[in-house]
Amino acid sequence: MAATSHLCRLWRGGELQKLQVSCQVLTSRANRAHTQTRWPPSSRRFSASVQHSSYMLTPPQVNSILKANEFSFKVPEFDGKNLSSVMGFDSNQLPANAPIEDRRSAATLLQTRGMLLGVFDGHAGCACAQALSERLFYYIAVSMLPHETLQELENAVESGRAVHPLLQWHKHPHDYFSREAQALYFSSLRTYWQELLDLGCPGDQPSVREALVSAFKRLDNDISLEAQVGDPNAFLHYWVLRVAFSGATACVAHVDGSDLHIANAGDGRAVLGVQEPDGSFSALTLSNDHNAQNEDELQRIRQEHPASEAKTVVRQERLLGLLMPFRAFGDVKFKWGIDLQKRVLESGPDALHENEHTKFIPPNYHTPPYLTAQPEITHHRLRPQDRFLVLGSDGLWETLHRQEVVRIVGQYLTGVHQQQPISVGGYRVTLGQMQGLLLERKARVSSTFEDQNAATHLMRHAVGNNEFGTVDHERLSKMLSLPEELARMYRDDITIIITQFNPHVVGAQHS
Amino acid sequence: MRSCVRSSRALSPALFPRLRSDAGCWWTQPSRRGLWSGPRNLSSAGDAHQQTPLPSQARVVICGGGVVGTSVAYHLAKLGWTEIVLLEQGRLGAGTTRMSAGIVSVAKPIFIESKMADYSSALYERLEDETGVKTGFVRTGSLCLAQNQDRFLSLKRLASRLKVLGITCNVIKPKEVAKLHPLVNIHDLVGALHLPGDAVVSPSDLNHALAVAAASHGVQIHHRTTVNHILLERGHVTGVETDRGPIECEYFVNCAGQWAYELGQASETKVSVPLHGCEHFYLLTKPLEQPLSPNTPVVMDMDGRIYVQAWQGGVLSGGFEKNPKPIFTEGRNQLDVHNMQEDWDHFEPMLSALLRRMPALESCEIHQLVNCPESFTPDMRCLMGETPGVHGYYVLAGMNSSGLSFAGGAGKYLAEWMTYGYPTANVWPLDIKRFGNLQSSRTFLRHRVMEVTPLLYELKVPRWDFQTGRQLRTSPLYDRLDTQGARWMEKHGFERAKYFVPPGKDLLSLDQSKTFYKPDWFDIVGTEVKCCKEAVCVIDMSSFTKFELTSTGDQALELLQHLCANDLDVPVGHIVHTGMLNERGGYENDCSVVRLSKNSFFIISPTDQQVHCWSWIKKHMPKDPQLHLEDVSWKYTALNLIGPRAMDVLSELSYVSMTPEHFPSLFCKEMSVGYANGIRVMSMTHTGEPGFMLYIPIEYALHVYNEVMSVGQKYGIRNAGYYALRSLRIEKFFAFWGQDLDSFTTPLECGREFRVKFDKDTDFLGREALLQQRQAGVTRRFVMLVLEDHDTELDLWPWWGEPVYRNGQLAGVTSSSAYSYTLERHVCLGFVSPPAGPDGAPGVITPDFINRGDYEVDIAGQRYPAKAKLYPFSSLFAQQRRRKDDMELSNFQGK
Repeated sequence: MAATSHLCRLWRGGELQKLQVSCQVLTSRANRAHTQTRWPPSSRRFSASVQHSSYMLTPPQVNSILKANEFSFKVPEFDGKNLSSVMGFDSNQLPANAPIEDRRSAATLLQTRGMLLGVFDGHAGCACAQALSERLFYYIAVSMLPHETLQELENAVESGRAVHPLLQWHKHPHDYFSREAQALYFSSLRTYWQELLDLGCPGDQPSVREALVSAFKRLDNDISLEAQVGDPNAFLHYWVLRVAFSGATACVAHVDGSDLHIANAGDGRAVLGVQEPDGSFSALTLSNDHNAQNEDELQRIRQEHPASEAKTVVRQERLLGLLMPFRAFGDVKFKWGIDLQKRVLESGPDALHENEHTKFIPPNYHTPPYLTAQPEITHHRLRPQDRFLVLGSDGLWETLHRQEVVRIVGQYLTGVHQQQPISVGGYRVTLGQMQGLLLERKARVSSTFEDQNAATHLMRHAVGNNEFGTVDHERLSKMLSLPEELARMYRDDITIIITQFNPHVVGAQHS
Repeated sequence: MRSCVRSSRALSPALFPRLRSDAGCWWTQPSRRGLWSGPRNLSSAGDAHQQTPLPSQARVVICGGGVVGTSVAYHLAKLGWTEIVLLEQGRLGAGTTRMSAGIVSVAKPIFIESKMADYSSALYERLEDETGVKTGFVRTGSLCLAQNQDRFLSLKRLASRLKVLGITCNVIKPKEVAKLHPLVNIHDLVGALHLPGDAVVSPSDLNHALAVAAASHGVQIHHRTTVNHILLERGHVTGVETDRGPIECEYFVNCAGQWAYELGQASETKVSVPLHGCEHFYLLTKPLEQPLSPNTPVVMDMDGRIYVQAWQGGVLSGGFEKNPKPIFTEGRNQLDVHNMQEDWDHFEPMLSALLRRMPALESCEIHQLVNCPESFTPDMRCLMGETPGVHGYYVLAGMNSSGLSFAGGAGKYLAEWMTYGYPTANVWPLDIKRFGNLQSSRTFLRHRVMEVTPLLYELKVPRWDFQTGRQLRTSPLYDRLDTQGARWMEKHGFERAKYFVPPGKDLLSLDQSKTFYKPDWFDIVGTEVKCCKEAVCVIDMSSFTKFELTSTGDQALELLQHLCANDLDVPVGHIVHTGMLNERGGYENDCSVVRLSKNSFFIISPTDQQVHCWSWIKKHMPKDPQLHLEDVSWKYTALNLIGPRAMDVLSELSYVSMTPEHFPSLFCKEMSVGYANGIRVMSMTHTGEPGFMLYIPIEYALHVYNEVMSVGQKYGIRNAGYYALRSLRIEKFFAFWGQDLDSFTTPLECGREFRVKFDKDTDFLGREALLQQRQAGVTRRFVMLVLEDHDTELDLWPWWGEPVYRNGQLAGVTSSSAYSYTLERHVCLGFVSPPAGPDGAPGVITPDFINRGDYEVDIAGQRYPAKAKLYPFSSLFAQQRRRKDDMELSNFQGK
């Protein structure tokens, strides 16, 4: 009964709006309904939920769920000093889909300077997001290489010499790379840099902005191309089709000294935590969401298509009434012409045919492409008061307002380091005042010290916050113990990367 | 001394008056200076820069000028000692005393502690008259509050115990609390205990007063003198080395408080003083708008973990938090103690409890949060007495934050101890010899202290156990027993099974089974007892202390004949139950001695006798290389096979007939059990039931246990624990040393005259006293009280320390109790004595006094009628044969 009433509360409590029957849900649901009989009839589904959430998770159980995917990286110090403008980052993921469709990546660029961090939110499966998490940073790295270095790289590969690695990855053990596709990925990448070599000339040093745009577009192109060409290996053939037919948004940050570039395609978001002189934190959004809430995007989409489609191209706040993000990788169903789609599908492996949704052509599909992976680039010069950057998939931003996110992270980061002991000194303090102060500090500390990882801490709030903005264990426990089939109705996959900047280095470079 | 006053003033301002400068420090009032014209020989510190030289020799050197050290000095001087030197590394009372709160309360968990506190209170009250030094003594009384029924019960139990000591106390209703204290919120109270005799003092002033009193009796006090090393020679104290030169002395007293552990390490033979520091916080407020009267009673809200006393118109309030902060685990230096940080976040729960108890304080302003480190011991009791390894080395430390309550009484007892060889009351619960080296690990102490500190204010129900510092000493069978459902208790670091939870049986979780009523293990233990009575049970009793005494000639026998009251000159293979008595005829130890061969003996003593008995024997042992005492406790695993089928199990395993005809009672044979040879099999069970004790070299323990269990299967064998043993021995009227017997109890008082052989050739220790007592007649008698009209299900269970009333008059106290599953009644053991005669002399006890009286046992204020018995109900026990034990037990010669 408790669970039932809880459900009611959730429904009534305005959670309904979160259950947008988005394309992602539609398709994944359709998927299951047809290919597997995992989706039970609705009456049984309801009883299952009662069963499942009628027991409470203990705090340690909650913690083990929340912490399963947490990862921290501290930039190593040299000579007792951290010379990088990045101190390190905390990241975490919480699945709602099974398997999770979000991906994250973080890597240090070895042949140019800087660090790359990215959040990829997949839809209609995880294949595209997975491919992005493995490939996008290589494309960016290659795009940024000066002509000479590219040439060296090509020569090394050509002569079979050892190649200097481009990236140093910072991966959680759960973040895997698919082994089968590596050769394919590499040959596409090589083709890319060969073209760059052909097009460029010695002395070229691409700007970060150009490099990011070029890498995004090129990778999306390669994904599309690989699917069209296919592969003699049946598995790989199936795989490239899955990558192309699924989709993913990408939000990538590149930090080099005090230069921060955000490349965003889709509804992921990058928010900067700025510490005000009074110690409080305010949010500075460095990316625009590419969805129906963004007027510019609406305009752009409408302009790209004939006026006759003005009413159909965006319906119910979705692209062609289906897709929430207005920019994404993959999703060839929104990019290819109908003929191409049909041809590729017919030549594809049988497994693909069982997947109904791939055959499905979006309604009012007249003038493809409708979708692009072209990123919007934001440049921000870091100031000493810019303390951290939160990259998050939309699962985070739809549960917490960005100001709230920045407040929680800011308090966590400063609280961990700066909970100074209180001393009365010579002040006149009454016992009542002191008690109030202490209780407040205790409430803050108790939720903070459960987590060693800022992303986990934020996640706890995102999932468990009650109406007062504090974590409610009961709510947290219920949200986390939702059965697989139901979880997606109450929350989306959440991926968070919180990068902390080094104010001393930033300050030095700033002045 | 006048110079001393000045020097203190010159030294102290930085350290001292931060807290109590306005509480009337003595040196600010010139009128009192005259009092310092004490004896001339008392030359403490001359000036800050030129100190009086130390004497080169003294009789006693006391290290530590806190309230404890000065109390010892004072009492020694009172008892006529001369050449007493008290050394203090800083200035008087600079350690814990300086900052302690100042409550003197008799609300303590055991008799001897309440007694000490009662004496302290009386001493402090008269000290001002004696010395003219103001001590800040105010008899405020105190209120112990109960927020729940269980706490109220424990207060009622305390009340009935205090009444035995003649201390006034009243169990009162919440409304009366409100009348006694203007600030207390009584809405969530169920009742309280009012102790009108409790008091507060100003610790530093009291410390000073004691020093003045001691000085006036000739004690030399030297400040700023650090003891670096204690000099020993052949196990005796010969002197101390200080940073200002050596002093020769016969006696050394370690009253170094927080420093006592480290000081203990500073001698060639290290002395183990198991205590550990822990931060302790209390809050001082500024005066209230309507200043609180200094007569306001002290409030102890143990459920809120706080105490509150009036302080300069405001309050002083501290507590014993759930998550204490142990400190100085790695050692320390003196500076630290003066630089302790306030920790408000840590104090929050106590502040909240305070404001809940006294909401009016909310608007009261903070003066200061004081962090005052206290020292705690592994069992919440102080450490007193002569150390086991070194003669002339005494310790008094580890006050568990009740230093002021205990200092007076403890100082007195220690002084008596040093003077007469033993104090005038049974202080075994405080005797430092209850601990050994095994409790000296810093890690152990750190962990245990974190449990002990909160435990001070925690509700303690019958048979609670410590949870930390466990699994230190275990039997080799520990894992086997544990997987079979054993629940464990700890004695002297050794894990002992209490009972075995059968598979599938779900006991309440620990917290819920905390009860003063029928516990949840009742039926489990009942089954074990039944199995002991009807079939056979195994109890692992490896924790017992086991010594071997051997000699080349008959020195071993001679020594034992001198130490033991019973006759040890028995044929080889016989077991003798005997007491080791002191000169007063009291039990120093109660043991079973096996004559293994003509000149070697196996001595089995209670577990916690390991250090005490060892030092008692050593003390009386002649220096003879041919005579050898060895502690073999660790070498043997002891299995107790209790029950009528024990002999069947053993004979099947050894192919030897174990019937009483072939293996009489109280007999020991080395034999094989299973494959293992050389097992000492003894026909005794410590319970009065038939059966055998098996002393097994540890490498065979698992084998023998497995064999016994597999062969025993067909006889219905099962594991049993100490609770079953306890029930069995108590219904058989078996007294246990440490619970029922102590160094003030003689064999005549507990019906064990049959174990005293007055006629044996050797004059044994205590013989004289016993003969005298036999002549005069005993004035107290160990009895068995069977509760009538007591509902096991619904009534409170007895534990120990319950007053016994005869015809409505207080006649004694219980010492242990258990439910007898055979009698289906509660049985309490305890001592009763007739009221003093008209001449004030204690009356002699007669069988009539026992038999013709209406006895009642007072459990938490409620009296239950009881039948007093001098013998066990052996006739009630369905036994085939009366065993020798019972015969012996029943031949009481009424005195």
